[in-house]
Amino acid sequence: MSEAAVEKALDQKMNTVPLKMIGKDVSVYYGEKRALFDVNLNIRENTVTALIGPSGCGKSTFLRTLNRMNDTIENCRVTGRITLDEDDIYDPSIDVVELRARVGMVFQKPNPFPKSIYENVSYGPRIHGLARSKADFDEVVETSLQKAGLWNEVKDRLQEPGTGLSGGQQQRLCIARAVAVSPEVILMDEPCSALDPIATAKVEELIHELRANFTIVIVTHSMQQAARVSQRTAMFHLGNLVEENDTDKMFTNPDDQRTQDYIMGRFG
Amino acid sequence: MTDLASPTVRVSTRPAETRRDIGIKRRYAAERRFRVYGISAITLGLLFLALLLSTVVSNGYTAFLQTTITLPIEFSEKVIDPKNERSTDAKQLMTANYPLLVRDALVKQLGLDATKRPQVKQATDMVSASARTQLRDMVVADPSIIGKTVPVTLLAEANIDSAFKGQIDLSVAETNRKVKDQQVAWMNQLADAGVLKKSFNTGIFSFGASSRPEAAGVGVALIGSLYMMLIVLVLSLPIGVAASIYLEEFAPKNRLTDLIEVNINNLAAVPSIVYGLLGLAVFINFAGMPRSAALVGGFVLTLMTLPTIIIATRAALKAVPPSIRSAALGLGASKMQTIFHHVLPLAMPGILTGTIIGLAHALGETAPLLLIGMVAFVVDFPGSPLEPSTALPVQIYMWANEAERAFVERTSGAIIILLIFLVFMNLGAILLRRRFERRW
Repeated sequence: MSEAAVEKALDQKMNTVPLKMIGKDVSVYYGEKRALFDVNLNIRENTVTALIGPSGCGKSTFLRTLNRMNDTIENCRVTGRITLDEDDIYDPSIDVVELRARVGMVFQKPNPFPKSIYENVSYGPRIHGLARSKADFDEVVETSLQKAGLWNEVKDRLQEPGTGLSGGQQQRLCIARAVAVSPEVILMDEPCSALDPIATAKVEELIHELRANFTIVIVTHSMQQAARVSQRTAMFHLGNLVEENDTDKMFTNPDDQRTQDYIMGRFG
Repeated sequence: MTDLASPTVRVSTRPAETRRDIGIKRRYAAERRFRVYGISAITLGLLFLALLLSTVVSNGYTAFLQTTITLPIEFSEKVIDPKNERSTDAKQLMTANYPLLVRDALVKQLGLDATKRPQVKQATDMVSASARTQLRDMVVADPSIIGKTVPVTLLAEANIDSAFKGQIDLSVAETNRKVKDQQVAWMNQLADAGVLKKSFNTGIFSFGASSRPEAAGVGVALIGSLYMMLIVLVLSLPIGVAASIYLEEFAPKNRLTDLIEVNINNLAAVPSIVYGLLGLAVFINFAGMPRSAALVGGFVLTLMTLPTIIIATRAALKAVPPSIRSAALGLGASKMQTIFHHVLPLAMPGILTGTIIGLAHALGETAPLLLIGMVAFVVDFPGSPLEPSTALPVQIYMWANEAERAFVERTSGAIIILLIFLVFMNLGAILLRRRFERRW
């Protein structure tokens, strides 16, 4: 099957794809301040879901509830129910370490460890015991870097520090690092906001390819980016989910006036 | 493309009177003033440092030279063991009249009349009284030496040492000084004969306490300080780092931890003598540990160093960028793994700096040691941290209290040794930092 055909098949399946994560009545409080108001948002499997909205609208907050990164913030409280497959991820029986091995994350600013490229990628598999022998590690490093489209650029300097790469390469290294753990979902928090247009294009292309194997949720400030990379888009405003729809529909004929205004650049 | 030279392009003009006064000159003047302040502050600091070092070095370098007198000593059996009892009575070799050997050799060397007691007494006073133990140790170590004549290098008495180094003003009336004219004459005679000369003073590193300056050294103090530094390092580094990690990364932020934090900051400012009192009350009076021991000194200095290390470590942990923690946590590393694999290695240079500052501080500390009895006259080397010893700064303090001219130079000499000890410690710290920093 050609690439375009795969694309088409995926798009046609769109409305029948199973839901990977279900957020029901999700509210987040930072101390007394409420940052999210009863958000109901579903994440479809093998789909790129873009979260858009003006600054401070709660899209990053929602993203971080999906792998419980909010746990690390003092005074942060999450109510409602979020499931991954059938598991309630806020259930006491779910270990946060296990959850984060299933739901990986890529951050706004590239944050490779100040170690070698090899160690950056192999760290996740090492702590989770996914690889044992040197050969296993070599393989997981190579395949992860290949999936992140970085292998050809760094294969001769795997022992050099990851922090010595360019910004775009660092971000793809962070994606490789997340991919190496073989998560089911990858969360991306404005992954291109610190990158130049060429590096951005590479990362976007990469997101496109990763979609075949992973469910991706991406927060972005760039409307064009959301339109380019995602199949579903969710619009947040002031802590509320305004609208969630197919990306095509969202950018051509949104249901909500606020979405229309935001996309047209009337506020934000 | 615009062409400035072309006549069709007009360049706007701006009359000088329309220029606003935005205080450019004032700003630059302020900057220059500030630079002058800074440079003068640094110059002043360097000046005082140079003054301190030059005073210490000029006073102290002579302490590393010692005047010695090499005499052919005849280990006469008549003097050492007149009744030939050494095979039966072990004490005989210990109690023999060794100063007599020195006297005989000196009388022979100077060509004196052995019957003129006062003159002979003046001559023998030129040799340190430590000659007795030196000769005794030689004979006890090798009894076959008896009956032979061996050249032995003996220490000159401290006043002769000072006189030979030119530190005694010979223009003062003879009755007002400790070195007599006759002794000076003999000193020059011996020096001309090559018998009396200056050589490197190894004794200052190896001798213990002595009331005779020529036989006094910082050996015991060096060992005591070394023991204490090891104890402080072994105790305060793990305890301090563990406490910091817990407080910084795990402890909930509430009233109790706030209180602990305030207390740690206050403890860092508590006068060190208070720690000495604490050590005296807890370790010696309550726990019954030995006085003057490096172990107790190490414990007290550990208590004193802990706040410094904890504060430095917490600052170093805080300085690790949060993005590194997020990266590790996002990959599914546990809190422990995040800290030990990523945060701690990055904080290591800062932790080491704090530790070394704490150790250097502890090395130079005198007051708390006075209270736990480490200001002691310790002659024998401590075999373990439980035995009595002193410390370098305490030795300096004790020597500074002595009156003899020879102790003045030894005080400065000991300060030089302490500074060298410190320089080596800091060097070690810098090397360790480099090692950790090289891992980016």
